[in-house]
Amino acid sequence: MIEVKNLTHRYGDRVALSNVSFEVKKGEIFGLLGPNGGGKSTLFRILSTMMAPTSGAASIAGHDVERDPAAVRRAIGVVFQTQSLDKALTVEENLRAQGHLHALSGADLRERIERAMERLGLADRCKDLVETLSGGLRRRVEIAKALLHRPQVLLMDEASSGLDPAARRDLSRHVESLREHEGVTILLTTHILEEAGRCDRLILLHQGSIVAHGSPGELRARIGGDVVVLEVADPQAMAAAIEERFGVHPSVGDGQLRVEIRDGHRFITEVVEAFPGAIDSVGLHKPTLEDVFVHETGASIE
Amino acid sequence: MSSFFLPAATLWQRELVRFWRQKSRVLGVVASPLVFWLLIGYGSNDLGRFYSGALVLTVMFSAIFSTISIIEDRREGFLLSMLVSPAPRTSLVLGKILGSATLAWIQGLIFLAFAPLAGVSIHPLDLIPVAAAIFLISFTLTGLGFVIAWRMESTAGFHAIMNLLLVPMWMVSGALFPMATAHGVIRAIMWINPLTYSITLLNSLLGLPNAYPGAFTSTIVTAAFGLVLLLISGFMAAQKSTRSAA
Repeated sequence: MIEVKNLTHRYGDRVALSNVSFEVKKGEIFGLLGPNGGGKSTLFRILSTMMAPTSGAASIAGHDVERDPAAVRRAIGVVFQTQSLDKALTVEENLRAQGHLHALSGADLRERIERAMERLGLADRCKDLVETLSGGLRRRVEIAKALLHRPQVLLMDEASSGLDPAARRDLSRHVESLREHEGVTILLTTHILEEAGRCDRLILLHQGSIVAHGSPGELRARIGGDVVVLEVADPQAMAAAIEERFGVHPSVGDGQLRVEIRDGHRFITEVVEAFPGAIDSVGLHKPTLEDVFVHETGASIE
Repeated sequence: MSSFFLPAATLWQRELVRFWRQKSRVLGVVASPLVFWLLIGYGSNDLGRFYSGALVLTVMFSAIFSTISIIEDRREGFLLSMLVSPAPRTSLVLGKILGSATLAWIQGLIFLAFAPLAGVSIHPLDLIPVAAAIFLISFTLTGLGFVIAWRMESTAGFHAIMNLLLVPMWMVSGALFPMATAHGVIRAIMWINPLTYSITLLNSLLGLPNAYPGAFTSTIVTAAFGLVLLLISGFMAAQKSTRSAA
């Protein structure tokens, strides 16, 4: 449904995207995960036809974003990171204006607005001015607006940023149900791990390049075993000592040591006994997407 | 057909609805030219001479306020979703400019209600050409605002242009002193300043002094200026960005 081939984009000398290629299948929820400045927004702008890439190609529903932007625009619904609603208008007025932009009108448009508001649980708020709505509700109106013309693909840029965890879960539920009931293909950018974890597949973007791709499970499986995090007074010295003694290579960051190792529980008892009194705190967890990102890039997402 | 006119109509309507919901904006736009006019006019004991200039200033302020919103609207606002919709760019430009021009026109008409103070009495039938002229001027100045605002990254830049270009342009348009008595290079500037012909158009329709070169020529020049700005606006909006700003 979405095809990206060797996409590269430069702002002057700065390379924002470097030879990025991937494919999204119909009905997938696909995530672009990475820190801010990693290239997600650039990719998003190119896919949403707002910007032409320096080189490479991207197509959505079989239409090239550069050669046939009008066809792409009919096929996509876009939810922006920033608000795209007119605050001085009501929910219904916003949706009606959006319908008009897509040349929808009359009974057909009325029926679509009703349905969109029902689907996103907004039916009782349609006469309210957008400025009176909470952040979570506004996001839902944005989605209702983006879906009004029944696009095949929904593009969402950091759609859950600025929402509290409850509103975020609520949003995910709506997105999930869209895919299930309407078969919409969804591409979203995020730097929130929890959200990325709910995607079918994702790519990790770092400094404009794909550093890993796969399902969340596959990505986590790249790290064999567990992750042990140690807080110590002198991380560098401790890293050297652990490497010498256990033959593993800890990564150092934020005053912490991170060790990827099988049977982490056994390692913990050994390491604590080996360096009595030198370790302030010990943690053990199954690998997260953050760990995968650290593993691949040495940098942190947040 | 409807894919061209519907987006334009909905944008036009949006401008009017927003305006209606923020009525205090009218006061801000009409009040300052009114105060300028009354101060200068009473002070020089010649309200009539500065009337057309003050009316054009009202329209100009309104056009600037409406088009300045494009800058913010594109970064975070309704304009974003317009840009990723299949609606033709020319239709969006037309809707935005017509909407903003209509607002400027309404405020120009409000200012027209003060014409008797300038010693102007308008016959009800003459109201039609006067109202049409004010609309033409509104359309032209909105087009000018659009052309300036479209490429701007920040509203601060727009304010600089307003102070360095638009206000001086208004000063040498015959709003404050007539072309006939202007000196040297200023006179030449006035002659090529498109805004000069907005003032002479109003002066000639309202029976005020300094109406040369008359209603017909003034209308032609103002309309031509407006058309050129509309074409530039359409052309600029059709360009695709390759820059980082959204």
